[in-house]
Formats: sequence, C-alpha cells, structure tokens
Amino acid sequence: MLRHRIIPVVLIDGFSVLKTIQFDVRRNLGSPVTVARTYNTRNVDELILLDIDASKQNRSIDKFTIMDIASELFMPLTVGGGIKTVEDIQTALKMGADKVSLNSEALKNPSLISEGSRVFGRQCIVVSIDIKKDGNEYKIYSHDLKKIINIDPFEWAVKAQQMGAGELLINSVDNDGVMGGPDLELLEKFRHLVTIPIIAQGGIARPQDCVDMIHAGASAIAAASIFHFTGFTPDDCKQEIHKSGLPARLSLIQKLK
Amino acid sequence: MIAIINNNMGNIKSVSRALDLLGAENIITSDVNEIKQASKLILPGVGNFAEASRRLRQSGLMDLIKSEALDNKKPLLGICLGMQLLFDKSYEDGENEGLGLIPGMVKSLSDRPHKLAVPHMGWNDLKVKESRLLKGIPTGECFYFVHSFEAKCDSKYISATTEYGEDVVAAVEHDNIYGVQFHPEKSQASGIQLIKTFVTIC
Repeated sequence: MLRHRIIPVVLIDGFSVLKTIQFDVRRNLGSPVTVARTYNTRNVDELILLDIDASKQNRSIDKFTIMDIASELFMPLTVGGGIKTVEDIQTALKMGADKVSLNSEALKNPSLISEGSRVFGRQCIVVSIDIKKDGNEYKIYSHDLKKIINIDPFEWAVKAQQMGAGELLINSVDNDGVMGGPDLELLEKFRHLVTIPIIAQGGIARPQDCVDMIHAGASAIAAASIFHFTGFTPDDCKQEIHKSGLPARLSLIQKLK
Repeated sequence: MIAIINNNMGNIKSVSRALDLLGAENIITSDVNEIKQASKLILPGVGNFAEASRRLRQSGLMDLIKSEALDNKKPLLGICLGMQLLFDKSYEDGENEGLGLIPGMVKSLSDRPHKLAVPHMGWNDLKVKESRLLKGIPTGECFYFVHSFEAKCDSKYISATTEYGEDVVAAVEHDNIYGVQFHPEKSQASGIQLIKTFVTIC
C-alpha cells in the first residue's frame, strides 16, 4: 500500500536557506547542503528545494546548488525556481533532481507543462500553485508580482493536469510560516477535482495536522517551519499518520517500538 | 567496470553516486566501446517510453544492449523506464518497441478499473518472490516508485510485486536480465542494498 509522504521543503534565496512568513518576512537559516544532510539522516521520504528569488530575478535555480544537494541524498529530490524551458528541466535533472516544480513560468507559458511532460514523463512535472484568500474566494498569488492575480486556482489545477502535470503542490499563502494549522477547506476543494497526487503545504503546526490534511485529500505533506523551528521531526509526523491507521513509511527504529 | 547507459533522459547521476558509495567502478556513457568493455550494464531512466525507444534506436544503442545482454550474457539491470524498456513493446504514446529481452508489454496504469491516482508515486512495499536481485530484502520493505505505466508479463519473470489497487509488477528477472520498477537509488538504505547485490552477486 502506498505510504503518505512527508516532504521537507528547503527554500533558498539563491544560495542560503531561508523561511518566509506568508511569503514575505524572511529568516536566514544557513547552508542548504547542511540542511539537506540533516534531512538525509532523518529518514524523510523526499525533499523539495525551491529558489524563491530565481523567477523574479529572471534566472534559474543554480545548477551547482542542485548538484551539491543531490549528492547528499539517496531520496527523491524536486527542485524549482525560474525553470522556463525544456532545457532548464533537462539541466535540473542532469544535476541530480528527479522532478521539477513549475510555478510562475508555467502560468506564463502553460505549454512548458506539456512539453516537459512529453519529453521527461509526467511524473517529473510538479505544478506548484500558490493560493491566497481574497475575501471568500481563493485566488492565485504571484510571488514575483507580490499580488493576487485573477486566475481561478481550481481551473488552473484542472488545466495543469490536462497538460501533463504529474503532481500538484498546493501552497496556502495565508498559512505559510505561521504554524497556525492548515487550510483544510482549501484541500477539500481539490479532492474530486484532479486525480494526480496533491502535495499540501502551509500552516502545519503539529503532526496531527498531517493526518487532518490527508483526510482532507492530500497524498503527501510538504512542510518547512515545523521542522526548522519546533522539536517535531518528519518521523514524528509519520508516526502520527501510522497511529491514525493510515499508511506511512516508518524507520527501522519506529518499526521496532 | 559498470556502464550506466546514458540515453540523455532523466536523472542518472544518483545511480552513479550509489555505485560510488559502494566503491564500484562505474561510468556514465553512450559510447559503444565503453559499453562493450563494461562487465555489467545499468539502464536507468525516468521519462517517456516512446522518446527513450526512439533515442535508443537512433543512437544504435538498442541493438548494442541486446547483443551485450543476449550474446555476451552481461548482467543488465533496468531501472524504472529502464525496466519497461526490457519488454517487447509499450503503449505509451502509441505502440513502440522495447529491447524485447523479457516477453511482455507495458500498459498504462490508467487502464485499470480502480480510480487511484496516476502516476503511482511514492513509497510502496514489496511482496518478494524467489529472487537473486532481492536477496536479503524482506516482504514489506518499502521502495520509491514513480510511474504511470506498468509491465504485464508471465508470472515466471516476476520477482516482486507491489499493491496499488491490484498487484503491480515491481521487479522482474530472466537469466542475467533484471528490472526494477522502483528507484533503488532513491530508496535510501534498502535501495543501496539492492544495488550492492547487483554489483556483487548478480
């Protein structure tokens, strides 16, 4: 039976790790290689590395950074940040990434999803959608423009799947870095909309939130703050998922307990 | 020397790093002579079968791999798309021929009656049958899968399955030819153990 994945997210501003609050306030957290090394020893299921300034600065995530991080890992690595072309995708994969996360560039040029999917397979293509509440409505938030843009995130999710996305990374911008609990209502809306796996991110404060997000329709949980700033580890999240009767991949130590 | 066959698709560095970790000499190559000189071959790959098949045919590697595996009996390990390429044909983007080293075909997971998400992506556990490659790996061990297509072949070639709605082929074996649908190079310690078995025993 397929396990629900716990995926730490490492955000970088080019070269060092940082964590944002609602995509804005930043805290610097040092070297991405050190952070990756720590996660590698912690039996995490997968890792996501995102350069959140690449797109805005009209560049791609640095290939040597991908290479340095990939060389520390024997687990799947997704990278994102400023990936604009099929060549950029190929470079990221060559440097050791397994999947790429497309966000603003896919919004500007949706054929990047279909092209990337055609050449590398849809399992390589993660479409990341940043969603923010505008009154009672959910809208797409552009990190580059620092504002809400008038695209319906649910229509975009369906289109991304049609064009060849293999997974969706759903980020709740309002909950980013707040550790105030996830937006389960948002996740529920995706439940019957797409068939590809949903990786849910934003607001996780405690391991039980992961269980609730899975019940709301998430296949996998991505998180950063809880692992950077609290005592909870990815193993704690997986233990909680396992305890609730859902499948998680436990470490050898956990299995022996 | 183990040759990791470079079809210019997907991530193959991690396979090389896993071999490096084990101290096994290896080279990422599409060079005919280097492939001929290698003692074992690994055909890795993430990607689209039609594209991979086209590239292998165009570069002449299709025939070379076949003759190395069949005539020279070199141990060959296909990983993910590499495993799918071991079969006769696939229906990903039309009908395309594979290496034909194991009788069988590759079909879409979406053709199944269940409504589970495709790609089948993430950590899933194995039901292990008799196998040289999976020596020491118990049933229940988790490996990382990421695929939208699955192999269909006679059960005598199947060395492990995994459950995704129904049983899905997870590993195949036929003489000196081995294939795994999952990614051992991404499956942490259990995956490294499997690669070590390929290097030392197979």
